[in-house]
Amino acid sequence: MKVNWARLRHEWLGNVRGDLVAGLVVALALIPEAIAFSIIAGVDPRVGLFASFSIAVIVAITGGRPGMISAATAATAVLMVTLVKEHGLQYLLAATILAGVFQVAAGLLRLGGLMRFVSRSVMTGFVNALAILIFLAQIPELTGVQPLTYALVAAGLAILYLLPLLTKAAPAPLVCIVALTAAAIGLGLDVRTVGDMGDLPTTLPVFLLPDVPLTLETFLIVLPYSAAVAAVGLLESLMTASIVDELTDTTSQRNRECVGQGLANIGTGFIGGMAGCAMIGQSIINIQSGGRGRLSCLFAGVSLLFMILVLGEWVKQIPMAALVAVMIMVSVGTFSWSSIRKLREHPASSSIVMLATVAGVVLTHNLAIGVLLGVLLSGLFFAAKIAQIFRVRSLLSPDGMHRTYIVEGQVFFASADEFLRAFDFREALARVTIDLSGAHIWDISSVAALDMAVLKFRREGAEVAVIGLNQASETIVDKLGIAEKPGALDKLMGH
Amino acid sequence: MTMILACIDGSIYSHSVADHAGWAAKRLGASVEVLQVLGRREAASSDRSGRIVAGARRQLLEELATLDAERAKLLQRQGRLDLEEARTRIEAAGVASVATTLRNGDLLETVAERETGADLVVIGKRGEAADFARLHLGSNLERIVRASTRPVLVTSRAFRPIRRFLLAFDGRASALKAVDAVSRSPLFAGLACDLVTVGGDTAEARQRLDAAAAQLRAGGMEVSARIEPGQPDAAIGAVVEREAVGLVVMGAYGHSRLRSLMIGSTTSELIRACKTPIMVFR
Repeated sequence: MKVNWARLRHEWLGNVRGDLVAGLVVALALIPEAIAFSIIAGVDPRVGLFASFSIAVIVAITGGRPGMISAATAATAVLMVTLVKEHGLQYLLAATILAGVFQVAAGLLRLGGLMRFVSRSVMTGFVNALAILIFLAQIPELTGVQPLTYALVAAGLAILYLLPLLTKAAPAPLVCIVALTAAAIGLGLDVRTVGDMGDLPTTLPVFLLPDVPLTLETFLIVLPYSAAVAAVGLLESLMTASIVDELTDTTSQRNRECVGQGLANIGTGFIGGMAGCAMIGQSIINIQSGGRGRLSCLFAGVSLLFMILVLGEWVKQIPMAALVAVMIMVSVGTFSWSSIRKLREHPASSSIVMLATVAGVVLTHNLAIGVLLGVLLSGLFFAAKIAQIFRVRSLLSPDGMHRTYIVEGQVFFASADEFLRAFDFREALARVTIDLSGAHIWDISSVAALDMAVLKFRREGAEVAVIGLNQASETIVDKLGIAEKPGALDKLMGH
Repeated sequence: MTMILACIDGSIYSHSVADHAGWAAKRLGASVEVLQVLGRREAASSDRSGRIVAGARRQLLEELATLDAERAKLLQRQGRLDLEEARTRIEAAGVASVATTLRNGDLLETVAERETGADLVVIGKRGEAADFARLHLGSNLERIVRASTRPVLVTSRAFRPIRRFLLAFDGRASALKAVDAVSRSPLFAGLACDLVTVGGDTAEARQRLDAAAAQLRAGGMEVSARIEPGQPDAAIGAVVEREAVGLVVMGAYGHSRLRSLMIGSTTSELIRACKTPIMVFR
């Protein structure tokens, strides 16, 4: 392989200062998220923190979108809940590795291009659903707790939203967490802390094989989770990549990104971390803080681990309320508020696709299902719209013996019925001409309809001529049509 | 018709690039395309608050787009001025057909794209950002000389009329190609040629040198051939100073990227050592 040194140097060292500063800001915002997402998945905070470290570091090197931040995410965490509950952490690690393998395969098979079938409405639905999932995950921390918690969350939110109005130099999430932790310790408040949620890392991560039996049964247990994680991970990663593309006015290598995400998940599974992917919110924060190159993601991962190892004792005492406040901010920032306003402005079909995507996700807690629903619906709506671009006119010759049907537009499965209905087979004619020069025959449904029309006219005693098939239509008609071939009528009758 | 691609960047070398392109175009009867590539715009916001407010994505996009747009407008205006100035200079040299192109993007990629229609690429030894005092070469120069499939004329800081040129001959394929091109091109017609091989005065070197000299003389060129002892960059640099040579012609990079990274490449050393324009053949 030919190494493009100049590009490599630009991606790593093109913006060192900006990348390091942004990486630090991102690391500070990653800590609460990694802990929160571990809690969503039902594992120790250690698992999410190791994952965020390793995914960020590996994707920085292998990914296809410099400037994007990847780590443990909510989108993948919600998929793992049942697996962890029923089979435990070790199966989650195995599922993470398998998901990585799927993602590498997807990249090598160049499935990154499939993203073009995900319409803007589906993407909006995806981010809205993601925001709702992140918010819903905070509900357990907000129900059945003492009133003090609400006060702390409110104070945290106030810091997060008001502090940036005063200064943009200090990361608000950090200030929020430090202030609430100091208040909780100083005032001796009895609130739930991160330490109550499980183990934090005390050592560097080490390589280990997931402790699961290598059997077909294990494979079948983790398979559905791996497939969903792989799909959702790639969806969010590629979606985030296109957001970063947009923000920085550059392009990304999508298939390389798929392989990179896969390698990151494989590596992460082997050091005891949970699966993750690119993060929309963090990537926006990164760009906003001046990050552009690969260095920022790498530095974010490394400084995250460093801070956790050094400050572990303090991290334990962070009140959950502080994390909840940060996550509410992330949720509110991720949600596309303008999409609500645009529900009325946009065509009904777009709004339905968006809402169906959201509903599909919120009901199943699986972003892949919601997106699939949205993609199917947008495909159907598109077919229905294109089917309307279709018209048949006809001209009768002065002697009443010859009628010419002029077909214009797209003839395919959705318009084939209308195509057939447009002909008046009861009219007694000597000759019929079907002029398709303004039409396009797309599929076997339309070929069958054309055959049927020709045969029906013949049965009524008319001579039929089909003219003006364009090249593309001709190919499919030649391949599939039977009306012009010998014994055509018998064949059709035989069915 | 032959075409010359002249790459300018608005630096002090732009005038010299225009003058050299004009000189070459006049001799070759060629047309000139003056190309300026505006580099990447790296607008950065200074918001380190780590917050994402509602609608953050749109807000950030708008902010960055505004910053970019302002810079791009300024750059574009300056770029058009630079191009017009270059066009005037080239036309003053007596070239009729001069086109100008202003593009956004990566210099290397754009040159690779545009040079397909060109017969000669002209570029300055250093760019806007490079430091003349320390004789650092422009960061893009080496990449372009390495990647280009056309002969590249690397210009010095100012144009001086060229009467005599030095052909650095080491017997490699790219040097043979240079000899061949020089003997046939109207660009070198009527110029005096110093054909120089650096190294030991062996029978083999002498034989190769004589063959090259004979080829050049066959075209009616006045050639003085000789072998100089020493290191290529130092020896040729010394001849250039001593003999008032106006242009150095040579074959291109012979080493792999990795090797030239470790031991440095003769071509780069020569470009650095000679204070004349240098023409590099593939």
